[in-house]
Amino acid sequence: MTEGQTGQSDIAPTGDAAADAAQPVAAPATAEEIAAVLAGKASVVAPALEMRGITKRFPGVLANDHIDLEIRPGEIHALLGENGAGKSTLMNILYGLLTPDEGEILIAGTQVKLRDPNDAIKRGIGMVHQHFMLVPVFTVAENVILGTETMANPIFIDAHAADRRIRDLAKSLGFSIDPSAIVGDLSVGLQQRIEILKALYRGAKVLILDEPTAVLTPQETVEIFAVLRRLAAEGTSIVFISHKLYEVLEIADRITVIRRGKVVGHADPKTATEEDLATMMVGRGVSLSVEKTPAKPGDVALAVSDLSVADDQGSRVVDGCSFEVRMGEIFGIAGVGGNGQDEMVEAITGLRRPLSGQVKMAGADVTAHSPRDLDHRGLAYIPADRQRYGLVLAFPVDDNLALTDYHEPPFSNYGVLVDSAFHERAQKLIPEFDIRTPSDSVAVGTLSGGNQQKVIVAREFSKPIKVLVADQPTRGLDVGSIEFIHKQIIAKRDAGTAVLLVSAELDEVLELSDRIGVMYRGKLVTVIDAKDADKDRIGLIMATGRTGATSETEAP
Amino acid sequence: MPDATPSGLTIDTTKVPGIGTGGGRRGLLVTTILAIVLGLLLGAVLIVISEVMSGRGFDLAVPFKAYQALIEGSLKDARAIGSTLNIATPLILSGLAVTFGFRAGLFNIGGNGQFLMGAFFAAIVGAAPIFQGPLHMVLAILAGLLGGMLWGFIPGILKAWRGAHEVVTTIMLNYVAYLLLNELASRVFRDPTATFAKTRDVTADAQLPILIEGTRLHAGILVALLTAFLVWFLLFKTALGFEIRTVGINAFAARYAGMKAAFIAVLTMSLSGGLAGLGGAVENLGVTKGYPAEYIVNYGFDGIAVALLGRSHPFGVVGAAVLFGALRAGAGSMQRATGIPIDIITIVQAFIILFVAAEPVLRRAVPWLRSRRTPAASAAGA
Repeated sequence: MTEGQTGQSDIAPTGDAAADAAQPVAAPATAEEIAAVLAGKASVVAPALEMRGITKRFPGVLANDHIDLEIRPGEIHALLGENGAGKSTLMNILYGLLTPDEGEILIAGTQVKLRDPNDAIKRGIGMVHQHFMLVPVFTVAENVILGTETMANPIFIDAHAADRRIRDLAKSLGFSIDPSAIVGDLSVGLQQRIEILKALYRGAKVLILDEPTAVLTPQETVEIFAVLRRLAAEGTSIVFISHKLYEVLEIADRITVIRRGKVVGHADPKTATEEDLATMMVGRGVSLSVEKTPAKPGDVALAVSDLSVADDQGSRVVDGCSFEVRMGEIFGIAGVGGNGQDEMVEAITGLRRPLSGQVKMAGADVTAHSPRDLDHRGLAYIPADRQRYGLVLAFPVDDNLALTDYHEPPFSNYGVLVDSAFHERAQKLIPEFDIRTPSDSVAVGTLSGGNQQKVIVAREFSKPIKVLVADQPTRGLDVGSIEFIHKQIIAKRDAGTAVLLVSAELDEVLELSDRIGVMYRGKLVTVIDAKDADKDRIGLIMATGRTGATSETEAP
Repeated sequence: MPDATPSGLTIDTTKVPGIGTGGGRRGLLVTTILAIVLGLLLGAVLIVISEVMSGRGFDLAVPFKAYQALIEGSLKDARAIGSTLNIATPLILSGLAVTFGFRAGLFNIGGNGQFLMGAFFAAIVGAAPIFQGPLHMVLAILAGLLGGMLWGFIPGILKAWRGAHEVVTTIMLNYVAYLLLNELASRVFRDPTATFAKTRDVTADAQLPILIEGTRLHAGILVALLTAFLVWFLLFKTALGFEIRTVGINAFAARYAGMKAAFIAVLTMSLSGGLAGLGGAVENLGVTKGYPAEYIVNYGFDGIAVALLGRSHPFGVVGAAVLFGALRAGAGSMQRATGIPIDIITIVQAFIILFVAAEPVLRRAVPWLRSRRTPAASAAGA
């Protein structure tokens, strides 16, 4: 901590023009700190930021209930909570996007009012949103300096100075970046680092990261963690929002757990276990492993033979895949994201026309049949991209719950909608699937990610279904929601549904599946009985496409 | 539906106020009223300035006199109200046409061409002496609807079939319609007895009846109001409307849900064109009563303004069109009473639309509107 403190006083003078405004506020704190050090009280570290008794109400929801939060200089402070626990609301308050109903915010000991993000930025608070706020057609440099352009003269931006500063900043964080690269061409991991650069360029001393790993590959996660550790070592305080327990344990110095808008406790990552955190977060014991009985497979419900599919650019990303899913079993497909899983699922569910091959449901050829026909035949589908395919965010919850059968009775009579039927279904499904929403008439987009997913699950699971295709059913969800959705999937299996599960989370595939296939570069390289599955071996196949010593030579 | 043509043209109708954006209906109403008030205030400032510049001196009372005359001219008596509603009638239908497109994610700026087609079809059928009685009027109106639908169907099918962007095709068809109908009205269908090129007058049977004795208020307003109700019902109370709105906000989800986006595009463009054509029909059967070869209108673009102010809601469109109707009906008496040029009213309309478009700025500027926004803002959070 003392390292962090000296680090911070080192970094303070490097603040740019944007941070100048923050200096009058920061100065007394630094002075206080110096005074504290001089007085021999160096062990007492003044918090970089303090939130006291923050309360925020929305119609029907108490999003934040007297939350206290204290962030020390140079620490990585994890804010852990379920979807909808109030983490994002709290951070939006800190970033000036929302105004709290009660409570106060202190930055370096001085009470501040944050009316909008500009206020927050001026006071050294930076935020990296889960969905990036970058202009894809602009260069890295243009994105970073947007709104804080340093002018070479009254007409032209000093591009060279900006490039230099960006390079230096990136270097100090342990990576290199080309300031003239177009942001839209860069990987998600790099885009995220540009967001961090953007915040630092504006002089951020406290950096908020809202679920930064949700969009990253495991490798990118490792890289961003290295960047964050370096940042913290140099004195930047980091608020790390997440619901992934192992990540929080890995990266955080301190953990604050929030449940239903309240701080329910703090944890020390050195001593806490995932189970401890899960219990605090959900408020009850959560089983992190799935309990299920052995499958009783019946007839083949879904048969895919020699399926090849092209992606949007026309390249063949699924190459001759064949497999069968029987009633009452879960067939899991493991694989690193982007190995053709999404395209294959879209071909099976009628969203994408395959190049060749056949899809059969209960013996009937349904290749390239319309999504509606497949729906009538008993196919339920949880799409990987819930906000794009699964929901109409601007529509209310009740409309979304009837998104695929609005045209049938009881929802429609001779083409006229029956509002009461929509409402009735919503009133039945909302408690049944534990969807946390103020009412069924609020836009689905206002719900948390987990509750949005529950809306899809509720809709798809409440149909009479024979085949369930679940693509990344729990991506981005908290443990409580994951447990719930896993139980629902198992229950469907036990009721005789054939389940095709696709997930980039190997643990999820291993825990749920009865048989496991591994996809690598568009091919189903192996199919293993879950009983014989070994995590390390499957992980290796996912990474290399090689199924074992014997077939190593034939790997692509 | 954020879609891009090969040329890179991107129109995201989900950003149109009242469609994909949150904020709630009450918030929309408040900001709309605010936009109108601000538009009128800026108009008042402009009136004062124009008085000073025309050498009549600085007088803060002039805007009050002007607006008083404006209100009298549009609302004073049955005659004035009739005039307001007559002007509002084609604006309602043009606004509904644009709204209907917006709801399906389509930006129909071909209202002018569709209006002309509707007017022409109605004028030709209305002038044909083969029908008699009220049936003649009904047939003439339906002919106008059909003409507009035809002109909306073309960009619709081009979009569904080849992905041609409707903004490009509809605006081009505006010129095609004008020139084609100009040719037809001045040669093939020309009224030989008329001194200038126009089609024959519509027969008395086909004309829309006057609703109130002593005014010019014709039955077109009833057609417009009934249509507004039907459009509302179709959009919000039918399965087809559910599909149209889903396609409009999220075409991906529409496909997932088994909706046929291409079919919806063709149908919506056709109906949108039909609504504009209906506007042409009632204007022709109620006011113009014959198609002049050089018929220059601006209802297609007025319709966009009305749809924006009406927040893409059929009832909002009615309100917006009546407001614009009143402003236009009163503009003449304002000019007579105070000498303020009619053009001021056009500028006031433009200001109002500008404030509607600048809604996010309005919400930022006015604190108590900001706090209303928060439930929607939480969409990003929690």
